[in-house]
Amino acid sequence: MADIVLDKVTKRYPDGAVAVRDVDLEIADGEFVILVGPSGCGKSTTLNMIAGLEDITSGELRIGGQRVNERAPKDRDIAMVFQSYALYPHLTVRENMAFPLRLAKVDKETVRRKVEEAARVLDLTQHLDRRPANLSGGQRQRVAMGRAIVRNPKAFLMDEPLSNLDAKLRVQMRTEVSRLQRKLGTTTVYVTHDQTEAMTLGDRVVVMRAGVVQQVGSPQFLYDHPANLFVAGFIGSPAMNFLPATLEEGVLRSPLGDITVTDRVRRLLTDAGAPREVIMGVRPEHFEDAALVDEQSLARGVVYRGQVDVLESMGSDKYAYFSVEGERARSAELEELAADAGVADLSSSGVGTVVTRLSAASAAREGERVEVFFDPDKVQLFDPNSGRNLTYAGD
Amino acid sequence: MALTGGADTTARKAKWWFVNAVVVVYALVPVLWIASLSFKTKETINDGNFVPREWTLENYRAIFGTSEFVRALVNSIGIALIATAIAVVLGTMAAYAIARLDFPGKRALVGVSLLIAMFPQVSLVSPLFEMERGLGLFDTWPGLILPYITFALPLAIYTLSAFFREIPWELEKAAKMDGATPAQAFLKVIAPLAAPGVFTTAILVFIFCWNDFLFAISLTSTERSRTVPAALSFFTGSSQFEDPTGTICAAAVVITVPIILFVLFFQRRIVAGLTSGAVKG
Repeated sequence: MADIVLDKVTKRYPDGAVAVRDVDLEIADGEFVILVGPSGCGKSTTLNMIAGLEDITSGELRIGGQRVNERAPKDRDIAMVFQSYALYPHLTVRENMAFPLRLAKVDKETVRRKVEEAARVLDLTQHLDRRPANLSGGQRQRVAMGRAIVRNPKAFLMDEPLSNLDAKLRVQMRTEVSRLQRKLGTTTVYVTHDQTEAMTLGDRVVVMRAGVVQQVGSPQFLYDHPANLFVAGFIGSPAMNFLPATLEEGVLRSPLGDITVTDRVRRLLTDAGAPREVIMGVRPEHFEDAALVDEQSLARGVVYRGQVDVLESMGSDKYAYFSVEGERARSAELEELAADAGVADLSSSGVGTVVTRLSAASAAREGERVEVFFDPDKVQLFDPNSGRNLTYAGD
Repeated sequence: MALTGGADTTARKAKWWFVNAVVVVYALVPVLWIASLSFKTKETINDGNFVPREWTLENYRAIFGTSEFVRALVNSIGIALIATAIAVVLGTMAAYAIARLDFPGKRALVGVSLLIAMFPQVSLVSPLFEMERGLGLFDTWPGLILPYITFALPLAIYTLSAFFREIPWELEKAAKMDGATPAQAFLKVIAPLAAPGVFTTAILVFIFCWNDFLFAISLTSTERSRTVPAALSFFTGSSQFEDPTGTICAAAVVITVPIILFVLFFQRRIVAGLTSGAVKG
């Protein structure tokens, strides 16, 4: 077990393309860190550099206080779980899990004991003599985990280990991974493009975009205080609503109505030197059906009245979609997020669409006008050019 | 409806059976005929009977009694085995590089190796003859092994790279992460997975070398390096007036049997090797 330090780590390919730029990251001993971002953001490259499967162009990587830039993967004492599991098809489950130990010339008795212990932890005991081809997806995934844990490495690296599983199993294995990591207390770096996995698994989350670290923090912190538009749009599901707005003497003129800026926000805006034109962001879950909000809160908040385009009832909640007047918010970061999400996530790419999450008790109906309430203090404002969060209260 | 449909398929099946039977008979009758001739005595060899009336092993005794045939058999086995071993080792390395690495001129390399396979061998015989005489390779084992390797390599590279492409790249990465050196990763993970491919390629290359007549007849002149297919054409009877048909047939049977056994035994793997090369290549 050891800490992992990335000091200005950069990956530049021979053709000049920079995959990862100046990543500074200190991963504490036993910490569970998630690298998250859309495809091509450099998260897997970063992981491969920690593993030693890709060379580091510049910067330093230290594991347990020692520089390991020049060490081969086998001399770094770290284990990796691959997206495809990469199980050896010609070996049985037992032989697969014993493989790293046999290479390390561990004596037979110890190998047997360790493999059986790992198999017990992962509930694979009855499958030890089968081959990977005869296992289900979830079982293969567990074998891959088993191969990583048998030799007590300094750290685990996981490259989207759950993305080949179907949705239900993925949720189950997510809990399993979390429990296992807690139990073993091994430093873990986990790569995923799924923000739900990032939010639920990690002690800390590292959001990356185009090879650059956008923000590092606990899942809750990233959710509450995104440093920029990209993080705000990436963390949270459904994604945050973004709308263009104008700041005029303490009043925010937005498609959702005029909002009086609270004192707290006003101070932050002054400190940040906010421009006139901004992008406002409101999370769907910060809305509520005005009919269900008590008078007192109502008086402090903002009420938007609009026609419900689509209503999705999830049982526990209702999602109401509104079309608001005016253009949708434009910025390079939002375009990128929309491109990554594809058409699946219309809330970020649609023309002036707002998604709201209302209580199941809401009487909202499709095609009818309804009043929704939101707390202006929860509104985040962003600089459309730099993407910077103008209401960022972190650090 | 179902009945007529059933009748229809039965009729169709019968038709296919018939066509298959014709093809098989057409292909097998000459082979069986040669086998039959090899068991006939000198007196009955021209009687036109498909099944010998008098069985004899005289022809086999005769060919194994001459140094001509035994020596050619040794040459054939030796040359084919050495050429196969070298071609498979070189082919494995080349195919691994082609499947795994991106290097400048990769396409050109694959193209040229295919071009060699397409090249009509007969047009190369005269220059090879001259070159080998100049280099002192004429009528030696290396004189045959070299051209065999040249023509077998494209086949080996082509088949093997298709096999290597099917082995996931991540397995090698996983082996490295598990603590393997590159050599260990290749030997313990990649090689066992590529074994069927290597094996299939070896058989195909061996058959190619074993069957060759053109180079064997052109690039040899004595028993020193003459292989069986070439030696067959030099068979003579015990006297000038005696027809060597029986002994030629016996020798033909002797060199066909190992190939038939090979193919029957490894049939499935060869077909898999050929098709995977065809589809994925």
